[in-house]
Amino acid sequence: MSQSYNRGLIEDFGRWKEFSAGMWAWIFHKFTGWMLIGYLFTHIAVLSSAIAAADGQTMMLAGEQVDAYTGTLQGLESLFIVRVLEVGLLAVAVFHILNGIRLLMVDLGVGLTAQDKSFYASLVLTGVITVASVPTFMAGVGL
Amino acid sequence: MSTQQQEPESQESPQDPEMKGTESPQQRRLKEKEEGMVDEHAEEEAEAAGETVHIKVFRYDPEVADKQEPRFDDFHVPFEKGMTVLDAVMYARDEFDSSLTFRHSCRQAVCGSDAFFVNGSQMLGCKTQLSELEQPVRIEPLPHQEVVKDLVVDMDHFYDQMHAVEPYFQDEDTPAASDLEEQRQSPENREKIKMSSRCIWCGACMSSCNIAAGDNEYLGPAAINKAYKFAMDDRESEEIKEHRLRILEQEHGVWRCQTQFSCTEVCPKDIPLTEHIQELKREAVKKNLKFW
Repeated sequence: MSQSYNRGLIEDFGRWKEFSAGMWAWIFHKFTGWMLIGYLFTHIAVLSSAIAAADGQTMMLAGEQVDAYTGTLQGLESLFIVRVLEVGLLAVAVFHILNGIRLLMVDLGVGLTAQDKSFYASLVLTGVITVASVPTFMAGVGL
Repeated sequence: MSTQQQEPESQESPQDPEMKGTESPQQRRLKEKEEGMVDEHAEEEAEAAGETVHIKVFRYDPEVADKQEPRFDDFHVPFEKGMTVLDAVMYARDEFDSSLTFRHSCRQAVCGSDAFFVNGSQMLGCKTQLSELEQPVRIEPLPHQEVVKDLVVDMDHFYDQMHAVEPYFQDEDTPAASDLEEQRQSPENREKIKMSSRCIWCGACMSSCNIAAGDNEYLGPAAINKAYKFAMDDRESEEIKEHRLRILEQEHGVWRCQTQFSCTEVCPKDIPLTEHIQELKREAVKKNLKFW
């Protein structure tokens, strides 16, 4: 073979138009998966304050002396951005679960012709559950 | 200038509500074709009006100094009813630029030579009607394959992957040449592998697969589909089937498929490629499951 041309990354970015339901489902699943892994590390970091609390460490929160674990959690929960992130976390988790079930069905050969519809259904259901959760997550938060 | 015109009254198939979610690729295509019939009148009008179709064709020629930088060339091709993408590039080559290079052969969606990347999707040039496309029609070589010249890509890797799955009938019990006899297949088994046998090796599926693009060793949907055709053929022995599954269950075999369905969506022969890959995954699991 003589000289040939590799269109490389520019070609890949130019292909966004061909993205279809299955492709978006794949991208969202990967994205939400990484987000959940990221959350797990944050979760471990927050939980580790329980070790400090067990060692007797305390902190001041709203003029009160509380143990390190309670103070960390209550401090985070009082922040508006944390509540918003929690709503986002719920959305990410719900989509990942629903799409995971969809993928399980695909693996089993069930509903292959409706794979795009099941993706859209996952999105809609995620949206509904997320919106419905907003009042609960935002209850009592100080802006 | 557009050759696409909307028919004022849309025609809906009475079967639509029932068909949703259960229709096969063939039924879907047929339905789309039927729905496309409403554009026939518009096509005739466009032809009568002497309209042209604007195509933008990817150009690259490594042998000409000032054409080594890839670019798009514009052509305005007179529109005729029933004109395909292949017809348009052939017209452009014959009337405007004889150096325009592309592969084609049968023009009947059988040879698989003229798979292009048209308006962001892999399509067979001879099967795709210009009237169904948004203008300007952007015609490029298949992605993820190196461009040799203009719309011609290097298919060597694709063919290597196809050959890697031993795409030929094997049977240890094949009678000697002296007393060859008919090897019959049950109608049910024929029905099972019917769709997989329609592959024309056009490479559209492989080109649309992001996993194949990122993993050069991945067998890819076309090769796996070809292996499916033989692995599911009940005329081959169990030993041969196991041998085929051993090839397919490797790290770069069926397990690399991440069910994006891109291959299934672009296949010009409506082969349910993802479905076949998933079935082979299940076969591989069944083969390896041990309950003791």
